Amino acid sequence: MNTEKLGFFKSGTPWVWLNAGAVSISMIMVVGLLVLIAVRGLGHFWPKTIWEIDYLDSGTQVVLLGERAKVEIVPAKQLVASGLHADFEEELVERTLLKIGNRDMYGVDFKLVVKPNEQAVRKPVDAIVFERTQWGNFYGFLQSLSESGDVLDVKPDALWDELQIRLERVDELRDEIHEIEKYDIGKINYKIEKLRLRERRIELSGVSDPEASANIKAQRKIEDDAYEVLKGELEKLYAAITRDQAVMTIQNGQEKRINLADIIKATRPNAMGLGTKVAHYFVNLKNFVSDDPREANTEGGIFPAIFGTVMMVLLMSVIVTPFGVIAAIYLREYAKQGFITRLVRISVNNLAGVPSIVYGVFGLGFFVYFLGGNIDQLFYPEALPSPTFGSGGLLWASLTLALLTVPVVIVATEEGLSRIPSSVREGSLALGATKAETLWRTVIPMASPAMMTGLILAVARAAGEVAPLMLVGAVKLAPSLPLDLNAPFLHLERKFMHLGFHIYDVGFQSPNVEAARPLVYATALILVVVIILLNLSAIYFRNHLREKYRTMEH
Amino acid sequence: MEASNISDRIAAGQRRWKLRKAIDIIARRVVQIGGISVIAAIALIFLFLLSVVYPLFGQPSIDEIGQYQTPGTNDKTIYLAIEEQAEIGLRVGDSGSVLFFDVENGEPILERNLPIAADNSITSFRVVNETSGLLAVGLHSGELLFFQHNYELEFTETSRIIHPDILYPYGEDAFHVAEGPLLDFAIGSNEDSTTIIARTTDGKIVFQSFEKESSFIDEATTLEIGDRNQIITVDPILGLLVDPEQEWAYILTQDGSLSAYDIRENDFNLREKVQVTEGDVHPTLLKFLTGGISILIGDSSGNLSQWFQVRSDGDLEFRLDKIRDTRIGNSAIVSLATEQLRKGVIAATQAGKIKLLYTTSERDLLSLSASESAIQTLAVAPRADIFIAEDRNRNIKVWDIDNHHPETSLSALWGKVWYEDYVKPDYIWQSSSASSDFEPKYSLVPLTFGTLKAAFYAMLFAMPLAICGAIFTAYFMAPPMRAIVKPSIEIMEALPTVILGFLAGLWLAPFVELHLPGVFSIFVLMPIGIILLSLVWWKLPGSAKRFIPEGWQAAALIIPLILIALLCVGVSPFIERLLFDGNVRIWMSEELGIGFDQRNALIIGIAMGFAVIPTIFSIAEDAIFSVPKHLTSGSLALGATPWQTLVRVVLLSASPGIFSAVMIGFGRAVGETMIVLMATGNTPVMDFSIFQGMRTLSANIAVELPESEVDSTHYRILFLAAFVLFIFTFFFNTVAEIVRQRLRKKYSSL
Repeated sequence: MNTEKLGFFKSGTPWVWLNAGAVSISMIMVVGLLVLIAVRGLGHFWPKTIWEIDYLDSGTQVVLLGERAKVEIVPAKQLVASGLHADFEEELVERTLLKIGNRDMYGVDFKLVVKPNEQAVRKPVDAIVFERTQWGNFYGFLQSLSESGDVLDVKPDALWDELQIRLERVDELRDEIHEIEKYDIGKINYKIEKLRLRERRIELSGVSDPEASANIKAQRKIEDDAYEVLKGELEKLYAAITRDQAVMTIQNGQEKRINLADIIKATRPNAMGLGTKVAHYFVNLKNFVSDDPREANTEGGIFPAIFGTVMMVLLMSVIVTPFGVIAAIYLREYAKQGFITRLVRISVNNLAGVPSIVYGVFGLGFFVYFLGGNIDQLFYPEALPSPTFGSGGLLWASLTLALLTVPVVIVATEEGLSRIPSSVREGSLALGATKAETLWRTVIPMASPAMMTGLILAVARAAGEVAPLMLVGAVKLAPSLPLDLNAPFLHLERKFMHLGFHIYDVGFQSPNVEAARPLVYATALILVVVIILLNLSAIYFRNHLREKYRTMEH
Repeated sequence: MEASNISDRIAAGQRRWKLRKAIDIIARRVVQIGGISVIAAIALIFLFLLSVVYPLFGQPSIDEIGQYQTPGTNDKTIYLAIEEQAEIGLRVGDSGSVLFFDVENGEPILERNLPIAADNSITSFRVVNETSGLLAVGLHSGELLFFQHNYELEFTETSRIIHPDILYPYGEDAFHVAEGPLLDFAIGSNEDSTTIIARTTDGKIVFQSFEKESSFIDEATTLEIGDRNQIITVDPILGLLVDPEQEWAYILTQDGSLSAYDIRENDFNLREKVQVTEGDVHPTLLKFLTGGISILIGDSSGNLSQWFQVRSDGDLEFRLDKIRDTRIGNSAIVSLATEQLRKGVIAATQAGKIKLLYTTSERDLLSLSASESAIQTLAVAPRADIFIAEDRNRNIKVWDIDNHHPETSLSALWGKVWYEDYVKPDYIWQSSSASSDFEPKYSLVPLTFGTLKAAFYAMLFAMPLAICGAIFTAYFMAPPMRAIVKPSIEIMEALPTVILGFLAGLWLAPFVELHLPGVFSIFVLMPIGIILLSLVWWKLPGSAKRFIPEGWQAAALIIPLILIALLCVGVSPFIERLLFDGNVRIWMSEELGIGFDQRNALIIGIAMGFAVIPTIFSIAEDAIFSVPKHLTSGSLALGATPWQTLVRVVLLSASPGIFSAVMIGFGRAVGETMIVLMATGNTPVMDFSIFQGMRTLSANIAVELPESEVDSTHYRILFLAAFVLFIFTFFFNTVAEIVRQRLRKKYSSL
C-alpha cells in the first residue's frame, strides 16, 4: 500500500509519530530519573573543591569559604522579590548555593551568592574541610595545633601531617569508647532492665519470694559494679581524647579552636590529585553504608537502615513463601475449579491493587493494638504500661508486609503451576505416585523458578514500601539493632530503621533539609539499585522458566 | 519359605502403600488448611476493618441502673453533678446544703453547709466552670459566694478511694456585687479575669468585672474587684449569659427577645437583638453548649435551638444566627445538661421525656420517658457514661449510657455542617486542636475531593503517554526495540514511590517553580515538535527515509525531544521576562488572582502520573498486542493503511483491555500515599486549581493515625477512610479484571 498518495494527515503518519513520541517521553523520563538519582547520589561522595570568594554582601565586603552545592540561572526580578539587595545591571544572574558549613558560628550551613557580587574567586590549596561529630562540616585554614592547651612547635608545612597523626590517635580512642559504650555498657543496661522486669514480675505475682529478690539484688550489685568500672575507664578515655586541639582561621582572620575529638575526618580537597580523590570517594562510599547516622540522620551513614530493611525483608520472606506457595498449590492443584475458585482468584489478584496504606492500617489495628496488646497483657505484664509487642516492631512490620505481598507470591506461583503441562502430572500419577509425591517430586521442583520469581517480586515490593511501615514500626532512629549479642539475639519487638522511611524522614522531617539532601539522594540510589537488581533477576527467572517449558511442550 | 517371603514383601508393600497414602492425605489436609487459612487471612482484613468501623454507626444504648429518693435535707435541689469516675454525686439544695452521695444507690457520703448567715438566703445559682467544679450562689444580700466541689483520689494496694470535699478557692467570704437580692446572674471566667452580670429586683442589670491575681507563694488565686456598670431593663428577663472570654453578654427576655451585648469595654454595648421564638411559644431555658460559643434555647413547645454569633461575609459585624433546632417533645423543655468534653446535650420536658442528642452531627441519639412528672434537674458525668435525673417528686433515676461516637453520622461525614465560628455550613476536616472543648470536624469530603483531584491530574498526565506509548509499542514498534522498552517501563513500576515522592517534593517542585513558563511550553511544544519532525520525515526523499525505518521512530525522537525540553527550560527565564514581567508567580496572583503553592497538583500530576504510567502501559500493551493477527492482516489486505487498521480494528477490539488498564491505573492513583504525602502541602482545601495542593485520604491516614487514640472516634474514622479506599480500589480492580477476562475469552474464540 502506497501511503504517499494520501495526504500527510490522512496517511496517519503524524499520529503514528505522536504515539512514538509518547514512548520516547516515557523512556526519557525513566532513564532521566535514574540518571538524576545516580548523578546526585554518587556525586555526594566526591571530594568537592573549596572556593574562597571575596563577596559583596549587601554593601559589605566579606570573604566566604565553601563548596558550590547548586548553581542556577534566575531572573533578577525574582531575587529582588525574595529580598536581595541588587545593584547590578544583569537581568538574568547566576546564583550559587554555597555550603559554608561552620554552623556553630554562622547559624546556617548555606549561603546564596550571586555572580555579579562575587569579586574574586580563588581555590586555596591549604583550605581544609573537617567532617565533625556535631555542627556539620567545618571549612577553614589550619593555623597551629595545641596539646593540653599548649601550642605545639611544628613547622607550618609539617602541620598537616602532624594533624593526620593525631587524628589517627583520636580515631583509635573513639573506637575504644564506642566499643565500651555500645557493647559493654549496652549489655549491662540490657541485663539491668531484665532484672528490673523480673523484680516487677515477682511483685505482680503477689507472692513474696525473698530468695529470688535477694538473688536479683546480688546480680544487680554485680552489674552496677561492672558499670562503675567501665565508667572509670570511659572517663580516662574521654580525658585522653580531648587532649588535642586544632587552631583554625576562618573568614576575615577569625580564630576558632576545634577539639580533635570532634573531627571525624579532615581533608584538603584542593590539594588532592585525581587518584587521591578517587580513593577518598570509595572510602566515603564505604563509610556511608557501614556507619551509623549522626546529627538527626542528616550526616553519617545509613548502616542501621540497611540492616533494618534486610532484617525485615528476610523475616517477611520466611513468612510469605510457605503460605503463598501453599495457597497457590491449594488453588491450582486441590481446590475444585469452579465459580468460588474463580472468585477467590480474582480477589487475590485484586488485593495486589489495594493501597498499601490500607494494609498498614490493618497491621496497626490488628497486629499491633489487638494481638500485640493481648500478648503484652498475657506475657509481659511486668513491663506495662510501656508496651513490648503492643507498639510497632519488626515482627508486626514483617507480618504486615507478608500480607501485602502474599498475593504477589500466589499469583506468580499459580502462573508457574499452570504452565506445567498436565502430561507431566499424568505421567507421574500413571507410574503409581500419589498426588503428594507427584507434587513434591515433579511439579514443585519444576515450578520452583516461578516461586523464586514471586518471592523476588515480593521482596522488591516490600523493600520499597514505606506507607504501611510508618504505621507499624519503622522509626527515624532506632536505639539498637533488632539483632545483637544479648540473648535471645533476635528482638522481634524492637523498632527498626528502614531505607525508604529514612528517605522520607530525612528529606521531609529533618530540621536541615538542605544539608541532608545529598545524603537522601545517595540513600535513594542504594534503594533503587537494590530494587532494580531484584526485578531484573525476577525477569531473568521468568524468562528462563518460559524457555524451559517451551522446549518441553514439543 | 518362598511363599512367606512373598507374602512378607506383599505385607511390607502394603504397609508402605498405607504410609504413602497417609502422607498423601496429610499433605492434602495441610495444603487445604494452609490454603484456606491464607484466603481467610485476606478476608480477615475486610472483616477487621469493618469491625472497627461499625461502632461509628451503632445506636447508643442505655440502662437504668438505679432509682432512689433524693437524699439529704428536704429543700429544693438547685444543682446535681457527678464526678469524673461516676461514683459520687453532688447535690446542692436551695437552703445552702451540700451533699455528696453514692450515685448508684443514693447513700449519703458527706454533708456540708455553705457559710451563709441565718438572715441571708440563696436567691440564685450558677455553674462557673463545669470542668473544675467551680460554682457560685447569689444571695439575698446582693452578695456572691464561690465554692468548688473537689475530689481527691487515693490509691491503695487494692483499690481507689475518692475523698470528696467542698473548697472555697476565693475564700469563705462572699463578694458584694449589687444592692438588693441577686435574682439571677451569669459568670464568664478564664485564667485572667471573671465577669459577672447580675439582675436585681429593681430591674437593674449590674456588670461587675474581677481581675484574677495569682499569688506565687501558695498558688492561691484571689479576685480583685474591677469595673462596675449597670443598665436598666423593663422587660421581664428569663436568663443571662456571659461567655468565658468575656466578650459577649446575652440577655433573653421571657417573650423571646435575645440581646447580644459587646462587653469588651467593660460596659454594655448592644450589638444585636433577635427574636428567638414566635407567637405563643416562649423560651423556657438558656444555656451555653460546652465551649461557651453556642447558646442553647429551649422553648415551651418542646423545641431546642442552637444559636451562635456568625461573622457575616465581607464585613466585620457579627450576627446571631439560628444554626439548627430539634424537637425534644411536645411539652416545654424544663431542664438541660451538656456533656463536658463533647457537644452532646441531654434535654428533658415537662412531661418527663428525656432526649439525648448531638449538635454537630444533628443526631437524635435516643429518647425515653423517664418519669410521669417534670424532670427538674439533670446531671451528666464528665465522661458522659452516666447521667441522673430528678423529677418533681424528688425521685432520682440513674442511667448508664453507652454512647461512644455520637459525632458521626452520614450527614456529618459527607454533608455540609455548620460548625461553631464558621460563616456558613461547610465541608471541613480538622481532627484535633490544642483546646479540649474543641469541636472536631470530620468531613471526609475535602479528603475525598483531594484524592480524586490528585488522581485526576495524575491520569491527565499518564493516560495519553501510557496509552499512546502502549499503542506504538504493541503495534508499530520493531521487535528488538520492544524487547528493551517493555521491560524498562515495567521496571519503572517497581520503583519505590517514596523515591518518586522525594524527587517530586525536593527536586521537581522547586524546579517547576523556577521554570514555570518553560514547563508549560514543554507541554505545548512536545506534540507540535513531534508533528513537525514527522512532517520533515514525510518530506524526505525515499532514500533518506530509510535512515529511520518503520518501527524505530521512537528511538529517532529521543534526541530531538531532549533538545526541545532543554530549549524550553533554557528560554524559560526569557519568556518570564518578556511576557510575565520577570516573575510569573507574582504575575499570576496579580493579573489572574491565582495563588501558587510550590507543592501543587501539577507536581502530583507529573509524579503520580509517572507512577501509574507503567501500570496502564503494560496492561494496555498486552491487550493491544494480543489482538489476533488475522484481524489486522485481513484489514491490511483489504487496503486499509496501518493507521486505519489500528483505529478501526485493533483499538476497537482492544478497547475493553485499555479501559481496564485505565481503571487499574486509577485505582493505583487513588491509593498512592507516599507521593502525595511528600509532594503536596497536605492542606485539606477544596480548590481544583492546578497550582494548589490537596490532602488525600491515604496521606491523611499516614499523618494522623499514629497520633490518634485507639478506639476513639477519630481512630475509627481513619479506619473508615482506609475502608473506603479498600472498597473503592477493590471495586475498580474487580471490574477491570472481569472486563479483561471477558476479552481474553473473546480473543481465544476468534
